[in-house]
Amino acid sequence: MEPCLEIRSLSAVLPNGQRVLRSVSLTVQPGEVRALVGESGAGKTMIGKAVLGVLPKSVRIVEGEMLIEGESLGRLDAKARRTLIGARTALIPQDPLTALNPSRRIGPQTTDRLVRILGWSGEKADERIRQLLQEVQIREPERVLKCYPHELSGGMRQRVLIAAAFAAEPRLIVADEPTTALDVTVQKQILRLIAQLQRNHGTALLFVTHDLGVVAKISQKVSVLYAGKVVEEAATPDLFASPQHPYTRALIAATPRYTDPYASLMPVNETVLAGLADEVAGADRAWRPSHG
Amino acid sequence: MAEPLFSVRGLKVALPDMTRKPLIGRAPLAEILKGLDFDLPKGSVTGIVGESGSGKSTLGRALVRLIEPSAGSISFEGRDIGHLSEAELRPLRRDLQMIFQDPMSSLNPRHTIFSIIAAPLRQNGLGDRLKERVAEALQRVGLPQSFAGRYRHELSGGQRQRVGIARALALSPKFVLADEIVSGLDVSTQAQILTLLEKLAAEMGLTVAFISHDLSVIRRLCRQVIVMREGGIVEASATDALFDNPKETYTRDLLAAIPLPEIDADWLQPPAKAPA
Repeated sequence: MEPCLEIRSLSAVLPNGQRVLRSVSLTVQPGEVRALVGESGAGKTMIGKAVLGVLPKSVRIVEGEMLIEGESLGRLDAKARRTLIGARTALIPQDPLTALNPSRRIGPQTTDRLVRILGWSGEKADERIRQLLQEVQIREPERVLKCYPHELSGGMRQRVLIAAAFAAEPRLIVADEPTTALDVTVQKQILRLIAQLQRNHGTALLFVTHDLGVVAKISQKVSVLYAGKVVEEAATPDLFASPQHPYTRALIAATPRYTDPYASLMPVNETVLAGLADEVAGADRAWRPSHG
Repeated sequence: MAEPLFSVRGLKVALPDMTRKPLIGRAPLAEILKGLDFDLPKGSVTGIVGESGSGKSTLGRALVRLIEPSAGSISFEGRDIGHLSEAELRPLRRDLQMIFQDPMSSLNPRHTIFSIIAAPLRQNGLGDRLKERVAEALQRVGLPQSFAGRYRHELSGGQRQRVGIARALALSPKFVLADEIVSGLDVSTQAQILTLLEKLAAEMGLTVAFISHDLSVIRRLCRQVIVMREGGIVEASATDALFDNPKETYTRDLLAAIPLPEIDADWLQPPAKAPA
């Protein structure tokens, strides 16, 4: 089966030459959830942005290839690329408040994309959003469509954005820390909802998070990132059963667990960090950018 | 049982509700804390947990008297400090210290780490032997002495939070309020900061109120826990009792909602009964 998303040795640099992505390779199969986990600065959001074609201008891709359902993004001109990305992918963002336009009602801002990018009629788009709002268990879709973002709670806003992401039936959704800003009880509801819609619609998901707990619950595959490099890649159950890389083991041990307080929250060992620094430096020495 | 450092009875706090403020005139008051009773034993670390809007930060701010309660008493070492004036509070300030959530915004970008740690010492009449005291504070939190001349932007997140702790502890306070001090940090850094705080609290015999939304962190660090919701206390008990045998449904729901880093295929399944 053709992967939904394939990234082949993607490297990106900042203007000062610093590498932010180091030959990242990963695939997301159709209907699969792949978690991308790492600490701040690991480059997990950067990968999500690269896939969606919204990297900051200062970040330059110097190596590698990205394919969405077998079509290489690099071979398309800018317009064709935008159309492809717009039709096949969607984003569930971290902060539902900043992602919504505060001065527009929910209705028009969620149907916009369907009308403008996919060329649907206004009526069809309205009908579709209404249906999705029901799927995300919003009880009064009519009322919510007329609301402004500030009139909704954080959990409701995130539901609206999930509905909007699934509305156009994308093949792939990038979810960038979609529950980080939420309380735990709301987080659980939202994760449950994302998993349910993902399964029902058969959508592939690239799930960016810093939380190994969330990784364990939502994903089937996982890539662990450090300093823009994939240090370990595994099926999620295998990663927790027998983590291979010392950094993965350290991360799992550092994650707090109320069920086992004294075996968790272990500070990351200096040797592990030194080993990682060596590994990254080694990869950079071996790396010759093909151009630039 | 040690005698309590804090003894709080019937604590109510009302703050202006800006969402209901008329265009002209005062905002109506909203009751944030609705009559709380609890003790903080001397030398104990107490976890205060709750979701956003539960009033946990407001409670912390009332304890260190950054805000004045609208009713009830806050007795600190047997004396009600609930309604003391700013001038009357001054001598107490060095005993009531705070570590903040975001070390980036709570450290002055234009001051060196030395002057950041020295400021409260000067304020509280400990301006003599300043170099020595700052050096001691840095050493206590495991930062090299060379950091005294640096600025906040030259430090990592974990190092900045160490400075925040050094500043709070430089005065050898009796009470420290730690409000979500690790929620902005990566897990690897979080573990370092928590083990540091755990060690220092024990060494210095500190009484700590540790506010957090993370029950896993609280279990590790705290001897007793107060669970808050909508301005009231849902459940307060010794840590092990609370985790092993939570009495309230809300506490059980909170625990069940935490995604532990282990595989559990049922976790995302909808609850058996329809949710309330």
